[in-house]
Amino acid sequence: MFNWLEKNLPKVVLAPAVGLISWFVYGFILWTCYISFTNSKILPKYELWGVGQYFKLWASRKWLIAVDNLLIFTALFLIICIILGIILAIFLDQKIRAEGVLRTIYLYPMALSFIVTGTAWKWILNPTLGIQKLFVDWGFENFTFDWLVNREMAIYTIVIAGVWQSAGFVMALFLAGLRSVEDEIVKAAKIDGANLFTVYWKILLPMMRPVFFTSFVILVHISIKSYDLIVALTQGGPGISTTMPALYMTQTAFHKSQVGLSAASAMMMFMAVAAVIIPYLYSELRRENVS
Amino acid sequence: MSVNINTSYKQLEQKSKITNLMLRWFLYFVLILFASYFIFPLYVMIVTSLKTMEEIRQGTLLTWPSQLNFESWGVAWGGRGYGAGDTFLRPYFWNSIKMVVPAVFFSTFIGAMSGYVLTKWRFKGDKWVFLFLLFGCFIPYQAILLPMARTLGVLGISNSIIGLVVVHSVYGIPFTTLFFRNYYVSIPNELVKAARIDGAGFFKIFFKILLPISAPIIVVTVIWQFTQIWNDFLFGSTFSFGEAAPIQVALNNMVLSSTSVKEYNVDMASAIIAGIPTLIVYVLAGKYFIRGLTSGAVKG
Repeated sequence: MFNWLEKNLPKVVLAPAVGLISWFVYGFILWTCYISFTNSKILPKYELWGVGQYFKLWASRKWLIAVDNLLIFTALFLIICIILGIILAIFLDQKIRAEGVLRTIYLYPMALSFIVTGTAWKWILNPTLGIQKLFVDWGFENFTFDWLVNREMAIYTIVIAGVWQSAGFVMALFLAGLRSVEDEIVKAAKIDGANLFTVYWKILLPMMRPVFFTSFVILVHISIKSYDLIVALTQGGPGISTTMPALYMTQTAFHKSQVGLSAASAMMMFMAVAAVIIPYLYSELRRENVS
Repeated sequence: MSVNINTSYKQLEQKSKITNLMLRWFLYFVLILFASYFIFPLYVMIVTSLKTMEEIRQGTLLTWPSQLNFESWGVAWGGRGYGAGDTFLRPYFWNSIKMVVPAVFFSTFIGAMSGYVLTKWRFKGDKWVFLFLLFGCFIPYQAILLPMARTLGVLGISNSIIGLVVVHSVYGIPFTTLFFRNYYVSIPNELVKAARIDGAGFFKIFFKILLPISAPIIVVTVIWQFTQIWNDFLFGSTFSFGEAAPIQVALNNMVLSSTSVKEYNVDMASAIIAGIPTLIVYVLAGKYFIRGLTSGAVKG
């Protein structure tokens, strides 16, 4: 007995982590998956009911709005964060004075919760006393900025706040990537007569492919999961115009007591994340094997 | 002729110097422009929290308060002192502390042990075990909310701080394991082998050899976990309500509660109070914070 323990001690020590994750991650996902195939309402029922919940989900107007919003948000959030992140990283890479201070300023929103961020932006974007009043008082008397309460535009306020929170993170990833490139490569290109723009556009940015990939995965992941920011900023409103899948899932589960339907929506989210993450993990693992 | 060439060359040099200087100015201009975009909300929050409602209505977002007025901070932290409906952050701030400290400790400890086994006591298939754990970093938590709510109910710890400690400890394990595993992988195995030959056992090697050199990664992990758990809203709002709620949930409730008059100064003071612990950690240990962010991302 003692011998066995001594021989297998490492595995015994690893067991709690593996056990907890098996149960709380994989087991729970399987449970959610199973429930999505049942007709559960307030309480889970274990009788199989088929794919009815998925049909119901994709026929629901609210879910379709949520998916639409997710696509709009993800596209804008990705493009703006990456462009902004790259510009800031390249500019900061030019031996800038006070680089540390600037970096700290660009990244501090990452330390705040989306609830804090959302509360601040809600006040700034507030149509009566916020940014609109600022411009009116500056003399632009006809300036209106009512996106927060405008059905068509409210989703873009979430983009504004989301970009504000995450662009600095992309900047940090690219800055780290640019700094890891050997100086010799840049020097050699400059001797060959390449100007700074060419060096970045033709040589350095193509080398940043893994960083692009990482930023893409992380940002898509953040946007699929976005929940807090919407709760704090718009609560899915006005009406249901800014609903997103994560909000749909919790509302369906805990306010509408449609457990089966919400499990189906959770599984759709899970599959969307898995479609992005599994290739990513695979490529990371392969890269590690090669090196 | 040659003189001519020289002067034109000098002119050219002069010209390129000027364009260079303009380029530098442009660089700084853009960088400062964006810095003000990032600073703007924080500035607005602080300024608004120090104004009276009267001043808020009269001025704009940017106007500086005529005098520093900390009243709204007092209201946000300790309430107005009358009974029903008086919500304030103090008790929830302590809830969050009581939740964060044990959850950070447990997840960091389990992650350190797992990372140690996965790198220094390798076995067949350990890579798959790592991948198995790593996947937990990425799942959308919506996929586990329903069974978690039921499990906490069955265990009798729903709507309690203990329940939230369990939830955060468990879902922190994939991240903490990732951090420690990537750190220990870079520590030469010879160190461990030599100790093993000298007869040191599993725990002795960990506590005498690895732990003393783990300070940087412990700091990274603790900061990461602290920030994540302090800022969490999804778990907090799903598994707790009323008195057991953590601070982010309380902040959201405070801001959303529709009393007759919206007090933006109190809202902003509350938001700053809820954000200040992580902000302080960020300012004091930004280097480690960024390292956690980028290593959590790049390598996972």
